[in-house]
Amino acid sequence: MADRAANPVIAQLQERIAHLESGAGRVREVLPFGLPDMDRRLPGGGLGLGCLHEIAGGGNGAVDGTAAAMFAAGIAARTRGKVLWIVTRTDLFAPALAQAGLNPDRVIHVEAGDEKALLACFEEGLRHGGLGAVVAEAAHLSMTASRRLQLAAEGSDTIGLAVRRWRRQTEAGDFGQPTASVTRWRVSVLPTAPLPVPGLGRARWLVELIRCRSGESADFEVEACDAKGCIALPSKVADRPPQKEVGRRIASA
Amino acid sequence: MAVAKAQALVPGLFVIDADPVADREGLEKLALWALQRISPVVAADPPDGLVIDTTGADHLHGGEAVMLETMVQKFAASGVEARAAIADTWGAAHAAARFLRHQIAVIAPAETGAMLRSLPLAALRLDGETVTGLRTLGFETVGDLKDQPRAPLTLRFGPEIGRRLDQAFGVIGEPVDPIRSPELVEVRRVFGEPIGAADTIARYIGKLVDALCLELEKRGLGARRLDLLFHRVDNTMQFIRVGMAQPVRDPKRLARLLRDKIETVDPGFGIEIMVLVAIESEAMHDRQAISSLVAPSEPDVSNLVDVLANRVGGHRLYRFTPVQSDVPERSVARVAALSPETGATWEGDWPRPPRLLARPEPVETMALLPDNPPVWFTWRGIRRRVRRADGPERIRGEWWKRDAEMTTVRDYFRVEDETGERYWLFRSGDGEHEDSGSQKWFLHGIFA
Repeated sequence: MADRAANPVIAQLQERIAHLESGAGRVREVLPFGLPDMDRRLPGGGLGLGCLHEIAGGGNGAVDGTAAAMFAAGIAARTRGKVLWIVTRTDLFAPALAQAGLNPDRVIHVEAGDEKALLACFEEGLRHGGLGAVVAEAAHLSMTASRRLQLAAEGSDTIGLAVRRWRRQTEAGDFGQPTASVTRWRVSVLPTAPLPVPGLGRARWLVELIRCRSGESADFEVEACDAKGCIALPSKVADRPPQKEVGRRIASA
Repeated sequence: MAVAKAQALVPGLFVIDADPVADREGLEKLALWALQRISPVVAADPPDGLVIDTTGADHLHGGEAVMLETMVQKFAASGVEARAAIADTWGAAHAAARFLRHQIAVIAPAETGAMLRSLPLAALRLDGETVTGLRTLGFETVGDLKDQPRAPLTLRFGPEIGRRLDQAFGVIGEPVDPIRSPELVEVRRVFGEPIGAADTIARYIGKLVDALCLELEKRGLGARRLDLLFHRVDNTMQFIRVGMAQPVRDPKRLARLLRDKIETVDPGFGIEIMVLVAIESEAMHDRQAISSLVAPSEPDVSNLVDVLANRVGGHRLYRFTPVQSDVPERSVARVAALSPETGATWEGDWPRPPRLLARPEPVETMALLPDNPPVWFTWRGIRRRVRRADGPERIRGEWWKRDAEMTTVRDYFRVEDETGERYWLFRSGDGEHEDSGSQKWFLHGIFA
């Protein structure tokens, strides 16, 4: 992104395109992940606030949607204000959301009954403007519906997170259908590295950025949300350079 | 039975004179209660009944059967033994409530005819003389009467029998004249020409709401529940009911809530009267808004909560709150979406799964006793090898709640299979003592 902007003609063109895309021509706020490797791949350096983002689970996660829901919870936890969480059937366990940084006082749950009501509530929440984030666990999301949601989000600068979750594994192919969402993510679980003692370490996810408007796809291996909703890079990547440097310093001393 | 005869049968019988006027007043009070809680169209059906038009109101109470059950329970709690029935017509419901064996009856539209046919003649709301006369002629059930030609019956007993039969079977309509209390704030609009278009209805909703809000402001009230009644030209009624989480007097917000529901109204051949009533209102005073220059104030979401609650039903909109209990399924409770924030959260550092199964599902496992995690487990037909595990987290039964939990124990393990998926398994029992549980394994949740 940085090197492309160095060319003044391209920078000018980009500015004009950005002006055309967002009606009011204002700068969109973003919510960075706090991981430079990830934020660099996203236009603007983070998830756009007035945008619709889709998150699905990989493998069995397409049905139970646990990793996708926790990824969404982590993003919602880092916004300000109340969070609306819309489901069709309720199997969410609130203490887990609290452990990802979403205090129970902040989350209003809606049990919408069917898909149609769910989308209506989703849009209503995005239009309101006073919420920090709106999360909806939707199975079907058509182009028309997602376009409506995207426009509603643009008007209010609320982040919309559609957690895609299907009844059966075979229906997950639906995720290939085009929608108007700005980014599309797939979160799957990975086996964790063994600890030196018996027990379980922090969960590890493969986060795939499948689609990103005005950006490129990428995939990242990250560690699951902590108590503040932040994901982290696995220690073997994050700690290697300083470790080496420290080692060299010790060696040279 | 005469009083003298009853006194002869039961020595020391205590006799109270019937008081129809007080009965009638009591019935009106009950009707007002039902008006505020159940549906906008409620009327007393003397001497001993209430009639409620619940069209479009039952889903807000969790369905027809649940609504009846809670209604009967609430009446029972205040000392009134009630029987309740829902049917297509007033006549059928009246008969079902009084002559069926069950205390609560929900009659499906297709069953109304069959149900009525099997009932005795008294179920038809005819006067005693007519019923005796018909019995003399050999009629026993409504079905017998229904199959007879009408003309001879009308000649002998008058038009009443035909009318009651038609009302019960739904051939002719029977409007309910709803009760109104003088304290309620009410505005109405009568149209010279009947209206029917959605746009026109929306416009007049705006006008009615403005008038209602002026009246509410005069009295210092805010509306908690609004009813909009449409009197149609064919002498039937349609209604919209909206509820608010907090008292509201803002015309824009109220009009928005009512307009959302226009599509549920069937104007038929036209609407001639629209009545807007604040069924429940509370004192509401203007408050000074606190604004701080430092921190941006928390945006108000009560209007969103109202819109969503009227769309999906108030009980489907909630927040979770912690409950002091270690048993996972008892550790959360639902509270209203706008209840005051407590800042409380779940204590303890043990991870909890984002998805909790409604019922723990039994799994087949192989595990070393007493406190090792399983080596493998089979859930929903798929066998998974456990690679890594953490536990046990021992949760004891809450003996102060149920005697059966005096000695029970659950040992929870977090396990990870070969693909990295994590599950929450528990063994019912501590693996040593017979009385601590069945020693079987269950899957209770899925981790991310």
